[in-house]
Amino acid sequence: MKYAFFPGCVSRGGCPELYPAALKVCERLGIELDEMVDASCTGAGVLQEKNKKLGDTLNARTMAIAERMGYDTIMVICSTCQGVMSRAKYTLDNDDTYRAEINALLAEEELVYTGNVQPKHLLWVLIEDVGLDKIREQVQQPLSGVKLAPFYGCYIVRPSDSLGFDENPERQTSLETLIELVGAETIDFAGKTRCCGFPILTINEKASVNMVANHTGDAKDLGADAMVTPCPLCHLNLDGYQPAAAKQRGKSISLPILHFPQMMGLAMGMSAKELGLQRHVIDTKPVQKKVGQV
Amino acid sequence: MQVKLAVKRFDPEREQDQSYVQDYTLDVPDHYTVLDALIQTREEVDESLAVRCSCRASICGSCAMRVNGHAGLGCKTKLLDSMDKDGVVQVEPMGNQPVVKDLVVDMSVFWNKIRAVKPYLQPEGPEPEREYVASNDSMLKLLQTMGCIMCGACVSDCTVLEVNENFLGPAALAKAYRFVGDPRDGATNQRFGELDEPGGMWDCTRCFECVEACPKGVAPMDQIMNLREEAAAAGFTSTIGARHAEIFADTVKHSGWLDELQLAVKTPGMFNIGAQLHNMPVGIRAFLRGKLPPIVHKAIPSVRFVRRIFEKIEED
Repeated sequence: MKYAFFPGCVSRGGCPELYPAALKVCERLGIELDEMVDASCTGAGVLQEKNKKLGDTLNARTMAIAERMGYDTIMVICSTCQGVMSRAKYTLDNDDTYRAEINALLAEEELVYTGNVQPKHLLWVLIEDVGLDKIREQVQQPLSGVKLAPFYGCYIVRPSDSLGFDENPERQTSLETLIELVGAETIDFAGKTRCCGFPILTINEKASVNMVANHTGDAKDLGADAMVTPCPLCHLNLDGYQPAAAKQRGKSISLPILHFPQMMGLAMGMSAKELGLQRHVIDTKPVQKKVGQV
Repeated sequence: MQVKLAVKRFDPEREQDQSYVQDYTLDVPDHYTVLDALIQTREEVDESLAVRCSCRASICGSCAMRVNGHAGLGCKTKLLDSMDKDGVVQVEPMGNQPVVKDLVVDMSVFWNKIRAVKPYLQPEGPEPEREYVASNDSMLKLLQTMGCIMCGACVSDCTVLEVNENFLGPAALAKAYRFVGDPRDGATNQRFGELDEPGGMWDCTRCFECVEACPKGVAPMDQIMNLREEAAAAGFTSTIGARHAEIFADTVKHSGWLDELQLAVKTPGMFNIGAQLHNMPVGIRAFLRGKLPPIVHKAIPSVRFVRRIFEKIEED
């Protein structure tokens, strides 16, 4: 099982703990990764605010590079990368004229976007390609008694027409599936598919932090020990701005936010340090204690 | 088939527990929509149930409501697609608008926001002898936004309106683009100036909830992105949002991938001491935790091709 690997910007920038955690989990499960060193940023929806065509071209280029490398799937570890790349693919695959325009822009590098490559988050790779039985074999330290609230990140749930939910309906409950598989209990809450507020952080910090306060506060009130997310941008806000959210809410929240590969790694018996939990803003020791790591 | 509607009800005249959930179990044909079932409930089971509807054909926009937590038209939502494994369908009034009774909301919030964007043509110059003419081609990009039936579903599920009631919201901003993009309108710059204000086009968090909720394919968020792109191209580049997009693009053009450190420092302005001081605790905390993005930001090996793509598109 081998994929072209697109790590995204944030897993090597603001959330440097994600990249090694994801790599370790993949290694344990026998997933080989061929990192795409020549791929550019997806634009994260921000570049698209300035120029949509620019964003679509860069994503077409990344998918064309993967095809040239001999792959039909690009593994990503970020909900935003997944969504933005999927949306570009959806647009290009449904508009021949536009695709020809974009291909003309890629010609100088002798790249062709054909539509044969799909982006696929590690979350989906685990369920659809690795399979639950094989993962279960690697669960050495079940997270029994740990209550985890899923938090997907907008771009891995919307817009649904570009995310392959018709063919793969299990994608919509993939986080819950893995939470249960590692032996933890799911804390279901209304905010799990809502926005973390990160995209408006610089524009309206108060509103952005209010979203953090609502989601982390609600999950905490429902008894969650931690929240789990496949999106590093959500992590930046839910973890990094949780102190501000607690201040805004007027009471402590202290809800550790785990990157989803960290949850998998903990259940596979990896140490908190290997998984970079010490790098989180919100102390993760209460969760580590529950799984016998403190 | 049998279906159980779990309807969130609200009765302002009750002294206690004004809001509650009431279950109705019905036998209905397989082809029934949520609205069909609600009408049957009202006519045969409980005449006190308040629901607003008219055309029953996804045209009038009267019956927007939340089904299983997501807004849409009751008349366009099939029961068969909505029932859980126990045959239950959750029905609630729309969000972000005060409830009058049961499934009926007060849409004045919605209409006030629509009015705020001056949803009418403001042509400039002398009136033509006959009608104002717009070519077919020039109107094609507006077809999506012209499909709006003002049902309020997008406003219901807007994540920003939940935390910021001053936000114009998806419906009004999509409507604003309908006029900004119209070649007969002469008030584009004035509109951009107003939409640049706090609560305007830059306050959207790009969560796609409105795209998902809209029953007519208006894709309000896409129209908001069109506004941002066209406003920036017209020189409206001084807001934090516009600068953020510009600096983001600059760093990707320079190295092929995002330089988070530059983005964080440059967006508020290098010499904006107040903002830099405000952001400092978060930066220090990230540094202490080893989470600061790399100070030396290396470009990807093939960055020249990325730059060429930028140049070619910028030339266009």
